[in-house]
Amino acid sequence: MYTQAMDLAPKDERTALRSIEDAQREEHFEARIAQGDFIEAKDWMPDHYRKTLVRQISQHAHSEIVGMLPEGNWLTRAPTLKRKTIALAKVQDEAGHGLYLYAAAETLGTSRDQMFAALHSGRAKYSSIFNYPTLSWADMGVVGWLVDGAAIMNQVPLTRCSYAPYARAMVRICREESFHQRQGFESLLVMMKEGTPAQQAMVQDAVNRWWWPSLMMFGPPDADSPNTAQSMRWGIKRLSNDELRQKFVDACVDQAKLLGVSLPDPDLRWNEARGQHDFGAIDWAEFWRVVGGHGPCNTERLAARVSAWDNGAWVRDAALAHAARQAVREQAA
Amino acid sequence: MSAGTPPAALAAPAPAQAEWPLWEVFVRPKAGLDHKHCGSLHAADAAMAVQLARDVYTRRQEGVSLWVVRSSDITASDPGDKGMYFDPMADKVYRHPTFYELPVAVDHM
Amino acid sequence: MAAAAATGSIALELTQSLRYVLRLADTALIHAQRLAEWCGHGPVLEEDIALTNLALDLLGQARALLTHAAALHGGGLDEDSLAFLRSEHEFFNLTLVEQPLRKASAHAPGGDFADTVLRNFLLATWFKAVWLGLSTSTDAELRGIAVKAVKEARYHQQHAGDWVVRLGDGTAESSGRLKAALARAWPYTAEMFVCDAVDTAAQLCGLGPARDTLRPPWLNEVTEVFTLALLVVPADTPFISTGTTGRHSEHMGFILAEMQVLQRQFPGGRW
Repeated sequence: MYTQAMDLAPKDERTALRSIEDAQREEHFEARIAQGDFIEAKDWMPDHYRKTLVRQISQHAHSEIVGMLPEGNWLTRAPTLKRKTIALAKVQDEAGHGLYLYAAAETLGTSRDQMFAALHSGRAKYSSIFNYPTLSWADMGVVGWLVDGAAIMNQVPLTRCSYAPYARAMVRICREESFHQRQGFESLLVMMKEGTPAQQAMVQDAVNRWWWPSLMMFGPPDADSPNTAQSMRWGIKRLSNDELRQKFVDACVDQAKLLGVSLPDPDLRWNEARGQHDFGAIDWAEFWRVVGGHGPCNTERLAARVSAWDNGAWVRDAALAHAARQAVREQAA
Repeated sequence: MSAGTPPAALAAPAPAQAEWPLWEVFVRPKAGLDHKHCGSLHAADAAMAVQLARDVYTRRQEGVSLWVVRSSDITASDPGDKGMYFDPMADKVYRHPTFYELPVAVDHM
Repeated sequence: MAAAAATGSIALELTQSLRYVLRLADTALIHAQRLAEWCGHGPVLEEDIALTNLALDLLGQARALLTHAAALHGGGLDEDSLAFLRSEHEFFNLTLVEQPLRKASAHAPGGDFADTVLRNFLLATWFKAVWLGLSTSTDAELRGIAVKAVKEARYHQQHAGDWVVRLGDGTAESSGRLKAALARAWPYTAEMFVCDAVDTAAQLCGLGPARDTLRPPWLNEVTEVFTLALLVVPADTPFISTGTTGRHSEHMGFILAEMQVLQRQFPGGRW
């Protein structure tokens, strides 16, 4: 899902002219990666690699930050103090994940302010799943189960990405992420196994709304993802969109059975020959509509981020002004 | 400056929209171990950097001590110099204890 | 689990000691509730994380105190029945924590970051004095909570105090906003130091300090930071808020409606 950036980027951004030196450097660079070597911030890298990673990492970071909003919606309405505590810690982690990723992107020569400017102007994207609304408390559990579940599937391979600052950030993120999915699943389990019929209906309704968007999180079908080969060579992508999506479906079917919820796909069935589940056709028109800015919450999500940033300008400026004044005082002392 | 008299300096606005500097964070996991680099963050001053490092990087009891350093204060070796800096160490094996063969009776040295 | 009426509120049998504990629990709870509004909307990512840490600390304190209050009360109550099924007049938080902190509502303008850091500072300084006083409580459970909570209050005070100074001695805009925040908040601090029958009883039986004993250390520490923040300690006025007696501001109804909605909507629900 977080490789959506590369899937949707223009096919080839290489400049036509390269010096012989650069061509040699690039060959050596690709050889290093093929050996499983890590690239660090100050190492030589092709411009195309740098640009792709800045886009990929920053859009991953944006996804974490925007991802705080749908769940942030329910912090003040959590049904028990324990759930409120857990939800706060989870959304807080997402801020932290965004932070680690912005830091990793900054090692490539961009700044956090520049990345925010790209997000706020609409130039940069974030994972389209976060353009859907959280309409009930059960959505919180389903987001943890399905959305974080899909994220984990994408994130584990990224811990072996060739660009080491990104890989290290992903290691940190994966360590923190496992509680995110577990808490969501556990919350659903309690509601389904011990809850009232009204709670069970709330859970099933949430599953019905989040299932298909979760499948779309893995990006367009392989046939429509032109940059997969390059990303795989660079170790940014290890499995294709369709491979990951299939893995996800297979895992979720058993989990859904355990919960006692049905998945809203009449074509979902076990295929003995393939050893995997067949599933129904995804509505790609909806995917492109949401990615294109016309999903249920695109406008609100971006407005919330822009508002937080703009309203915070005087705070950031005050801190800098005070720091400058303190520095002068310390010098004079 | 007496409290209550607005100082003249406040009248001039701060450099608007300037970015908070970047700081590298080092955490000592427990007494006896070294501080280890764990990431970076933005802060306006050193006191803030230490507090934010605590809030961002030690929520899971990752440490007992924090260092923060402005990223711009770090001097790093040039990756281009990797060969001349680090390859010459490869053939100085006499610095390692395993280079020296001793009878079994005294090999614990 | 309390055998409470399906959707109705529970009604408490209130003793002086219970009121004393609930004042602290509810102040921590409602302040945490307000602070949670900042999650995802902070001025800086790092500070967003820091504010949520403050909220989590306060929520933890609230939970420990509510659990203790439930045990003191008996009758099968727990932290959640107290938080989600009490009615407004049986909450005993300081009115200060009900005031807007960030979000505007249909009937009132919102607050800003200056309101937030100032309130965090004033409250943390107060809570620190409370926890220090409770470290010699005759109630072992309260002592245990206090020993842990005082460390949290110290950090909150340092973090928030530093921000008060930054804003007060920052730019003309931040200074103006901080002064406005102070004008809004100060009248509500008088309630922090009222000594009523509940306080007197607590002091007499060694449960905890009466509120008026907290004022000298509080004012000292507040004045110190205010000086660095170029703020003048405002004059006292006759205004006294009354949240600690169960009579709240108009904001409380909205806070509880939002906080309690799911338990009311799903009676008997399991979460």
